[in-house]
Amino acid sequence: MAELIVISTLNGILFGMLLFLLSSGLTVIFSMMGVLNFAHASFYMLGAFFGYQLTRWIGFWPALVLAPLLVGAVGMAVERYGLRNTHKHGHVAELLLTFGLAFAIEEIVSMIWGKSPMDYRIPAALDFPAFTVFSTNYPAYKIFMLVVSVVIFVALLITLKRTRVGLIVQAALTHPSMVGHLGHNVGRVFMLVFGVGSALAGLAGVIAGPSLVTQSDMAALLGPILFVVIVFGGLGSLPGAFIASLLIGLIQTFAVALNGSLASVFGPLDPSLGPSPLTDIWNVTIAQVAPILPYVLLVLVLIFRPMGLLGTRES
Amino acid sequence: MTNPVTTATAATKDESGGTLSFYGIWLIAAVALVVLPLIFSSGGSLTSFSLIGISIIFALSYNILLGQTGLLSFGHAVQYGLGGFLAVHMMNAVASYDWPIPLPVIPLIGGIGGLAFATLVGWVMTKRAGTVFAMISLGIGELVASSSLILRSVFGGESGITTDRTALPHIFGWTFGPQLQVYYLIAFWVMISAIAMYALTRTPLGRICNAVRDNPERVEFIGYDPHVVRYFAYMFAGFFAGIAGGLTAINFEIANSAYLGATQSGLVLFAAFIGGTAYFFGPILGAILVTYLQLGLTNVTSVWQLYFGIIFIGIVMFAPGGIAGILMKHRPLIRARTLGTVIPSYLVAALPTLALVLGIILSIETVARYTASEGEGNVINLVGIPFVATAPTTWAVAVVLVVGGFLIARVTWRRVAEAWDRAATVARDRGYLA
Repeated sequence: MAELIVISTLNGILFGMLLFLLSSGLTVIFSMMGVLNFAHASFYMLGAFFGYQLTRWIGFWPALVLAPLLVGAVGMAVERYGLRNTHKHGHVAELLLTFGLAFAIEEIVSMIWGKSPMDYRIPAALDFPAFTVFSTNYPAYKIFMLVVSVVIFVALLITLKRTRVGLIVQAALTHPSMVGHLGHNVGRVFMLVFGVGSALAGLAGVIAGPSLVTQSDMAALLGPILFVVIVFGGLGSLPGAFIASLLIGLIQTFAVALNGSLASVFGPLDPSLGPSPLTDIWNVTIAQVAPILPYVLLVLVLIFRPMGLLGTRES
Repeated sequence: MTNPVTTATAATKDESGGTLSFYGIWLIAAVALVVLPLIFSSGGSLTSFSLIGISIIFALSYNILLGQTGLLSFGHAVQYGLGGFLAVHMMNAVASYDWPIPLPVIPLIGGIGGLAFATLVGWVMTKRAGTVFAMISLGIGELVASSSLILRSVFGGESGITTDRTALPHIFGWTFGPQLQVYYLIAFWVMISAIAMYALTRTPLGRICNAVRDNPERVEFIGYDPHVVRYFAYMFAGFFAGIAGGLTAINFEIANSAYLGATQSGLVLFAAFIGGTAYFFGPILGAILVTYLQLGLTNVTSVWQLYFGIIFIGIVMFAPGGIAGILMKHRPLIRARTLGTVIPSYLVAALPTLALVLGIILSIETVARYTASEGEGNVINLVGIPFVATAPTTWAVAVVLVVGGFLIARVTWRRVAEAWDRAATVARDRGYLA
């Protein structure tokens, strides 16, 4: 049991940090531009596929740098030529544009790379067990993922809180027109923030690709969970997104690891009852419920605290 | 959050044409629904008409949310799917307990299923509009779709639940075995639902929905609660989506968890938005087009969904009013008889635009076939000319078409805009709003 707790906590924090790499960009873009970027998880997927392709061509380490830059460039192009032109039609049109993009990116990826999982392997330099907890070998690559996420997190924090660029970004979050009046090119700030957010998502894709599955449906699987994270944490709140990412990461990981069901706690139902919704619920394991837990959390939060965990505004 | 995409009024009734032409349109629609299968009587076209009919109801129900009330939902298929499941369970129950319920009533049961779920979750969901609503609808959609795989006894797991529509009591000697009879059943419900949904837009509730879409704050000042109005709109949309789901269950004699999924929700959004959400008939056009493309393109290309995405992105960026918006834009010009001055510029713009479109299609098909299958099946037949996907000449043609088409099209469309401005000015001077 202790082993399960330690391993699941490590995995949960890891998954949570990955979620935060994505949700931080998403929530900053949202609070700055009012656009909920539906294609954010698609940038994550692009990162994984670019990472896979570049790894095959030039190796993992150059890919780790190049793929996020490429994804960031795609993101900037989307902002500059897509969103900026759609802005005049309102937020719903912008949201729909990113929705269409997410759809198109998934189709393009499955058109080029096919629908089956890619053979995206952990680089040989990191393919060894880092340490042994009880009897489980913990892979070094996961430690590497954790380190990268934490480094990015700290760098992001310092950039936002301690540098001049961060100051302008923070100001543009709440008072975009005032920042414009002070002589800053708000449009370019938006484009850069969008690019950095996309690049972070791309980076998450590159490092998560070998560990999780690199497949054309990975965006559709992760996207809704990201929205849960930023609603749960409070729209536009970075600390909220951080807490929500870790929380959902831990909950998901623990739920997958646990195999209990109501039947295993209270004993099986009388078999003469036959199949019914009750027997379904009685026999379902916690692991099977894991995919729906984030959405249950979402509904609960919306009922009891509509502004989210640390959010200040309702919408 | 206001919704400028749909700020145009939803009125489609022709003010000057009077009631005669208004009822005439409905009458023509009804006659067309009756006559269509007599003209195109092959099995394939009957199936297509049935699917188009269902998707018309579904898209119209979606437009109660997006077009009328300004609620962008990413989970509308939940009500559709649950309606379908309830209809299937009802059909099985009717067949096994010999209840005197004929098949034509079953879609109503589906509607009640959609309504029940909308009533249950709607109150929490419609607290806020805009982006928050969009995200919640997505979350609820995922929640229901994932839960449906757990509750196997209700949703039948991955294989779904089957039924037999002919096992229900027959009325007027109709067994509903042949597709033609099913088509007429669907056509009947299309007509009823379309009239009901149009009538809904003319009621005070429909009007206040539009007000909530455009300015919820002012609605509060005149004494209505936007939350309650949104809740009502959500319930109505759920009801009609459930009817569409019930009809699908009858048509396919099966309900499975794909009905509830994100793909279905995405397709109805595409249909409504491509058709145009600002006018009542927009989603009808969209539903016809999207279903037709879906059925037609699957035979021609393996990446038909990509074309959907591109058409959708194009509409969002360049014509947020959808097809209906484009058509209705021309109405003042036709009335002012200035449309003739715009048409030449259209014709000039058409050629490079066509080249651009062909270039995009050629590029996509080249990539798709180059990566998919080496050797076999890599010949693209575009407007009668065969292109080999692996040949550099094909790539060159594609690049020339895309780049050249884009550069020239940009110039010609600027000309169109200028001609349009002149025509609109004349129309405005003659007293027609443009």
